[in-house]
Amino acid sequence: MGGYGAYIWSCFALTAIVLLICDWRARVRHKHVYRDIEVRVTALGDTE
Amino acid sequence: MWKVLHKLASPPHFYHLSERMIPWFAMPGMLLIAYGTFAGLFLASTDHQQGEAFRIIYVHVPAAYLSMMAYMIMAIGAGVGLIWRMKLAHAVAAGAAPLGAWFTFLELATGSIWGRPMWGTWWEWGEPRLTSELLLLFLYFGYMALRNAIDDTTKADRASAVLALVGAINVPIIHFSVEWWSSLHQGPTLMAEGAMIGDDKLYPLLANILGFTLVFGALLLRRVRTEVLYRERRKRWVRDLILSGRGV
Amino acid sequence: MTDNNEQLPGVFTGLIAIARRDLLLVWKRPGDVLNPLFFFAMVATLFPLAVGPSAEQLQFSGPGVLWVAALLATLLSLNSLFLSDYEDGSLEQMLVSSVPLPALALGKSAAHWLANGLPLVIVAPLIAITYQMSFSVIVTLMVTLLLGTISLSLLGSIGAALTVGLHRGTALLSLLVLPLAMPVLIFGARTVSLVAAGDGVAGGLYFLGAYAVLILSIGPFATAAALRISNE
Repeated sequence: MGGYGAYIWSCFALTAIVLLICDWRARVRHKHVYRDIEVRVTALGDTE
Repeated sequence: MWKVLHKLASPPHFYHLSERMIPWFAMPGMLLIAYGTFAGLFLASTDHQQGEAFRIIYVHVPAAYLSMMAYMIMAIGAGVGLIWRMKLAHAVAAGAAPLGAWFTFLELATGSIWGRPMWGTWWEWGEPRLTSELLLLFLYFGYMALRNAIDDTTKADRASAVLALVGAINVPIIHFSVEWWSSLHQGPTLMAEGAMIGDDKLYPLLANILGFTLVFGALLLRRVRTEVLYRERRKRWVRDLILSGRGV
Repeated sequence: MTDNNEQLPGVFTGLIAIARRDLLLVWKRPGDVLNPLFFFAMVATLFPLAVGPSAEQLQFSGPGVLWVAALLATLLSLNSLFLSDYEDGSLEQMLVSSVPLPALALGKSAAHWLANGLPLVIVAPLIAITYQMSFSVIVTLMVTLLLGTISLSLLGSIGAALTVGLHRGTALLSLLVLPLAMPVLIFGARTVSLVAAGDGVAGGLYFLGAYAVLILSIGPFATAAALRISNE
């Protein structure tokens, strides 16, 4: 990479990491929200 | 056509539709990114001005583009939500903000890393794009901070919507001001992106821009889904969904 | 037949009334005007102390330093723009008043500018002299501050309206207003620097004027919307 390898690869790696973080956090948050509602609806019999 | 939109705006419909839409955004997006990245890294010819370092453009430009598109989506969502009182629009704005902030951060980080070999420093205030994006990041933070500070969801939606709209009007003005400000100094400009001649350089870039946009769309859909689920958590359709066990 | 006692105040009357009231309140509590001014002077003093008294350096950085100090002082004074109204219930009265809310918002912004922006314009030359700034530069500073503080009062009202009554609203207000205020800061400070360097000043002043007009036309409406939303 003409000596710029470290810079180039760190940029691409950083991009991949950011995308993965965004995806992971979105999934985790969804799971939490879902689970919270599930607990309330099933265990507590919330009919509101 | 209005019927379609009206249906889409209904939370349960959106929730189910988006579940099926996400793969249609994510898959093509990732394929495009795969091509764009590979071609950009290995197939595109070396830039005679910047050497190999110009290849960073293949992530830097998509990040910059999306950081601004996310703000636009946020502002449009805010406007639609405020004017037509559409809850879903507010949810879109809420979902777009963190994504926009991440992409802005990415633009700044890749820009800084790119700048190191080009200018010798990790930051160059005189580069208008970096400074503009930094201000954009602060705009995102302000928006998210305001949302967090207000407990009531509807109030938070509407207050942050006003902020987003005022910000949207100011963003072009901020860009213009920073451009003028940096032009006073004739500092080193980073990326002569206009000097990208040659289809072999251009196509991977276009592919990446489109690919990243699609992936952004998938991420946004996922986040908005969660927002909708959370906001509607006390509604009957959510309860039925959970009990039927099909909803994830 | 109209009973004159029941005639409701119009737009202009309401605007003037609320501006008068605010100025009267400020008159009774001079601290509201003086504290931000002292803050401005303090910040302007911090720089030579921190960076060194070299006249050259001061002359060079003067416009920027003074403009940043003015911006921060304005932020300080914006915090309490709607606070007392919120606390004693006048804000609610404003919301249900027959006078259009944007007019009231404009009145409040106008009073704020008269009590905080204008004094800054008047005090700035005193500090500028200590920064070895020449006459023409000082005049430019005053003009940019004049136009700039008008914009800041209007722009800041929006932020103040959004954060009124919020926990830790102070820091939040700064976070919200500062990025939006950047164009004013940039053009304000750099125009003065340009004059110091011998360049022309027209472009910067035109921008500041245009921006002030823009904010004047949409600011009060945004502030009104924000007030309604924060206090429903």
